[in-house]
Amino acid sequence: MPETEIKPRRSKKRSAGGAIEKWPITVTVNGKSHSLAVEPRMLLVEMIRESLDLTGTHVGCDTTYCGACTVLLNGAAVKSCTMFAVQADGAEITTVEGLEKDGALHPIQKAFGDCYGLQCGYCTPGFMLSSVQLLTENQQPSEKDIRKAIAGNTCRCTGYQNIFKAIQAAAQSMKGA
Amino acid sequence: MYPRPFHYHRASSLKEATKIMSQLGEEAKLLAGGQSLIPLMKLRFANPQHLVDLNFVPRTSYIKKKGDALHFGALTRHAEIEKAAVASRIPILHDCAAGIADVQVRNRGTIGGSLAEADPSGDWATVLLALSTAVQCLGAGGERTLPLSEFIKDAYTTALGHDELVREVIVTIPAKGSGGAYIAFKRTAPVYPTASAAVQLTMDGNSCVDAAILLGCVGLTPVRAREAESALRGQVLDERAIATAMEAARVAADPQPDMRGSAEYKRTLVGGLVKRAIEVARRRARGEKVEVSHIYA
Repeated sequence: MPETEIKPRRSKKRSAGGAIEKWPITVTVNGKSHSLAVEPRMLLVEMIRESLDLTGTHVGCDTTYCGACTVLLNGAAVKSCTMFAVQADGAEITTVEGLEKDGALHPIQKAFGDCYGLQCGYCTPGFMLSSVQLLTENQQPSEKDIRKAIAGNTCRCTGYQNIFKAIQAAAQSMKGA
Repeated sequence: MYPRPFHYHRASSLKEATKIMSQLGEEAKLLAGGQSLIPLMKLRFANPQHLVDLNFVPRTSYIKKKGDALHFGALTRHAEIEKAAVASRIPILHDCAAGIADVQVRNRGTIGGSLAEADPSGDWATVLLALSTAVQCLGAGGERTLPLSEFIKDAYTTALGHDELVREVIVTIPAKGSGGAYIAFKRTAPVYPTASAAVQLTMDGNSCVDAAILLGCVGLTPVRAREAESALRGQVLDERAIATAMEAARVAADPQPDMRGSAEYKRTLVGGLVKRAIEVARRRARGEKVEVSHIYA
């Protein structure tokens, strides 16, 4: 993979103490390696959205509650608002933009559409990534497994029923694949 | 939301972390899973000038069975404990690990971090105090091992010195005939419980040889309900004994009224949780496989 040098777009404000400390990190996001220098307090979600311009990962509550910012960190779902970018050094990250492969939607994306598993769509990327961790680990999730897997994601539109059906449908189609 | 600016240090060993901590002094904090600390920093309730990241230290995440004890590396994530067969053989540990917040938080949060944080609403301390647990601490001046009951001092306060950290959590495997359960009442998964109860019973037939009853989120530290334990010890666990234990737990609780409920509500709640946990613990002590989950409002 080619390495791209990306500079954070944030203006270089100065803190009272002088120059801002930056840490060089290398992260692989959706299969592409990036080398950047990040301020230690930069949250992972901000690096993803603002430095890498991948705005499919959303900031909802910003307090570790709603799960809109969920991404996969080395395959495990994490809330990217509750991790510093500098901690992701060396990690592989998957965001919603990385689910589609060669122009074809991931089964979970297709299922959310087919089952009307979304309305406004704000929480959807987070739900899909939590679902991907579940379906990677468990090809035949029970009803309880599904409910448990998305307990850290909040949707204020749908009442969850169609999200639930979408995950079941995705499990079926992935089993058949 | 941004935390205040801080200097970041990446420790390559636990020993190095203690050294950095002793050099930096009181303005430095250790970063483990970060699922409590980072939210506090974002709200600027915590404003450390330095963070010493432990996440890049190798060999800090493990569960090892040695003799009659399980040894947990300090940075073992809740999710790893949830999935580990060796930990699931102590059902109360599985109840705890599988019920903390949600998948995302369990993938990051650590057992050592939870104990070192000593949040009165944290789950691990309540559960591990119901078992026989020791905490191995490493400091710039050397190593010491404390019983968990001496480690937790107060809300957000432990026996750890400034340059000390948790290296390992050591849990004695309960003897045969012992069973436990941990049940919390939660408004929803990502939030802290409103109240919780951890019960570990050692049974001989129908009578209770020993009991540990710990209440969570209803005091500045987990509350040991000693009168409730006495109400069960040496008794056949009939309805009357359980009702006495429930009432004793209600009295032992010292909850703060907050948005999750009034003090009286939480006292009543904790009595009900103790009853449920006793019933599950008793069946598990007999060797029954009982699945239990927290109660979500």
